[in-house]
Amino acid sequence: MSIATVQTRRDWLLSDRPASRMQARLGRAYVAWRRFSANRLAFLGLLIIIALLVVAAFADVLAPYSPTVGDLKNARLLAPSSAHWFGTDDLGRDIYSRILFGSRWTLYVVTLVAIIAAPIGLVVGTVAGYAGGWTDAILMRITDIFLAFPKLILALAFVAALGPGIENAVLAIAITSWPPYARIARAETMTVRNSDYIKAVQLMGASPFRIVLRHIMPLCISSLIIRVTLDMAGIILTAAGLGFLGLGAQPPLPEWGTMIASGRRFVLDQWWVAGAPGFAILIVSLGFNLLGDGLRDALDPRSGDQ
Amino acid sequence: MSDATGTLLEVDDLRVDFPTRTGLVQAVRGVSFSLGRERLGIVGESGSGKSQTGRAIMGLTPPQALVSAKKLALDGIDLLAMPARQRRALRGKRIAMILQDPKYSLDPVMSIGRQIVETLRTHEKVSKGEARERALAMLEAVQIRDPARVFDLHPHEVSGGMGQRAMIAMMLIAGPELMIADEPTSALDVTVQLDVLGILDRLVSERGMGLIFISHDLRLVASFCDRVIVMYAGKVVEQLKASELREAQHPYTRGLLNCMPKIGYERHPLPVLDRKPEWAA
Amino acid sequence: MTPAISIDGLAVVFDRFRALKGVSLEVQSGDSFGLVGESGSGKSTLLKAIAGLVPAASGTITVNGKTLGARRDKAFYREVQMVFQDPYGSLHPRQTVDRLLQEPLAIHGFADGEQRIQRALDEVGLGNGFRFRYAHQLSGGQRQRVAIARALILEPSILLLDEPTSALDASVQAEVLNLLEEVRRRRKLTFLMVSHDLAIITHMCERLMVMQSGEAVENLTASQLIGHRVTMDYTRNLLRASEGFVRT
Repeated sequence: MSIATVQTRRDWLLSDRPASRMQARLGRAYVAWRRFSANRLAFLGLLIIIALLVVAAFADVLAPYSPTVGDLKNARLLAPSSAHWFGTDDLGRDIYSRILFGSRWTLYVVTLVAIIAAPIGLVVGTVAGYAGGWTDAILMRITDIFLAFPKLILALAFVAALGPGIENAVLAIAITSWPPYARIARAETMTVRNSDYIKAVQLMGASPFRIVLRHIMPLCISSLIIRVTLDMAGIILTAAGLGFLGLGAQPPLPEWGTMIASGRRFVLDQWWVAGAPGFAILIVSLGFNLLGDGLRDALDPRSGDQ
Repeated sequence: MSDATGTLLEVDDLRVDFPTRTGLVQAVRGVSFSLGRERLGIVGESGSGKSQTGRAIMGLTPPQALVSAKKLALDGIDLLAMPARQRRALRGKRIAMILQDPKYSLDPVMSIGRQIVETLRTHEKVSKGEARERALAMLEAVQIRDPARVFDLHPHEVSGGMGQRAMIAMMLIAGPELMIADEPTSALDVTVQLDVLGILDRLVSERGMGLIFISHDLRLVASFCDRVIVMYAGKVVEQLKASELREAQHPYTRGLLNCMPKIGYERHPLPVLDRKPEWAA
Repeated sequence: MTPAISIDGLAVVFDRFRALKGVSLEVQSGDSFGLVGESGSGKSTLLKAIAGLVPAASGTITVNGKTLGARRDKAFYREVQMVFQDPYGSLHPRQTVDRLLQEPLAIHGFADGEQRIQRALDEVGLGNGFRFRYAHQLSGGQRQRVAIARALILEPSILLLDEPTSALDASVQAEVLNLLEEVRRRRKLTFLMVSHDLAIITHMCERLMVMQSGEAVENLTASQLIGHRVTMDYTRNLLRASEGFVRT
């Protein structure tokens, strides 16, 4: 009985003749999901990211100690034990708790950067690609200027100008990471710009604004999502790098990069102080990379639609 | 045109399957025919398996395809049992293939002449000078007016018709016995199409080759070939002499012939093909 | 009566290449007019110039008595629509049939979208079962039917057809040609149809123009062509070629 219902639900999703807008959309999502979940590593990546979300949401419940207030008298630089799973740092704070709370900052950085940088890149790229001519030349030269500097160096310059702090770090990373997205969106736009289906919309009298927004952008979004996901690891590392250099999150904020920076003084004798946040960065970066790879297989418009 | 010289190619129960995510797709389902030194047309619509039949004979099916046959023999040599190396050596030497668009089948970064010379020298031990001589002669044989000039041109510098002639020259240079032409003129303009067919026709009959001509155009095949095989859904539905096409028995063949507009025959609306499920059975 | 389409001395130039070298023609309202020629004859360019997809270098185009400028307004697209050659390239890969048909209605602000989509799908013989499919779930013939439905949904009076069946199998071609004839009769449309196939043009059109390398070769009626009453050698060659291969 239950097998039968599962079977019919699948058939409904995979139907060649969807009866409603929603069924068509769900069917399409289901096909992408099947392709995605067939990839085990991608699935692992998704699990890591889900775990990150859960940890960030319930950090106050999961963390056994305060992330900012430590026991300076009794608990300085303790090795990992059952009381302090990842040990304690030089101010006697529990590293495990700090890492749990740090996940919030990591998510904060990653989400904000994605929300700021991806739309800028998408708009600049599609407009440049569709308009062509002078618009294209000007927008792409600006993009080139941003691309000419190494990301971290440019971010450093921005933070130095804006002043240290996690908000400014986010802003600096966002400003430096949109140019590749603009390039991708432009390339994608150029390939579809002259296709018959765009001409058909032009022949309906659609404005260029409408064509870019409703017909070209949806085609660019999946490759952009893939690229942003793959870049997440880089964003985390840049944020951590800025934190490490003292230009990102400021102590006592439990940001992973800042934690490594403060732990580097004891890295030879008390390796866990820097090692634990480093490991956390590694795991989350890996998760985003695996997820991005899986999304590439599942969403790639070029891989056919079957 | 007779097949007095005997059978050149024998195909018995040829099958080509493609394993896919959703199951096995049977592209060719038990095709059998034999070919002498004649012009055989294979006609069918898209998805009928006509191109996959040609590719399977040539040994050019995609790697994931499963090819099987009770018999697939060229001049008595079993093609399927043959090691891949030998089969490769056979291609170009004894069997050659012309594809639809010369733009995609000629190497874009090598001059036309060099491509022909290379083809010849992989199959025969000849000196560079002799190879050049023979390539020039071959270009002349496909009615290219200024062979020496075309010899040094790259594929993008010539027209579609010229490119297809060069392709024919390249395929015929090693003197194959069997030629498979898969929609060789579909990308060309009608007037050029007839020139190219004329050249192909003359060379094939002069050299006593067997020709398999794969096309969707029933009228063209009927006027060009000696014999026609009509394929539908991976199977042969009818085999007949080209001259007797008008008397075709199978409703699919008749439907295909009927549904094309003809100059001077006013039919409004055009008769359409009513596909019966039993044709594919 | 004003002609539906009147073109005078139209020239189109792409980077110094003269695709059209001063072509003139006139199509009466309700007529079906064919443009025949080989690749490079400029026949498709002529259609695109009318639709405003390529700019005219000189000459005038008049549609239903209105001479067109460099830009087309929305009213123009209510009058003139186009069906493209490649059914695989003319439908947006990420939109359902429903969404494709809604777009022109949304642009022109039609309120009764629901009914119009239903009617358009019925008219091209697809019915409601195809409404929420994506392009990849349709065969070539079905895609071309959707493209025709999309062109008809704004109720134009002129349809530009750019080799609408050359990418289709012969049996599907017959179905699509029948459909086109039917909608033309029902809606009293004016057709301007491009094809390389003389048989299709004589089947679909009453009058035609033969083109070669950007110029008009001759104007004929379909019956003149059928009776081989042609004056130019080029047209004669095309006619002979359309009869198939003749062994010499």
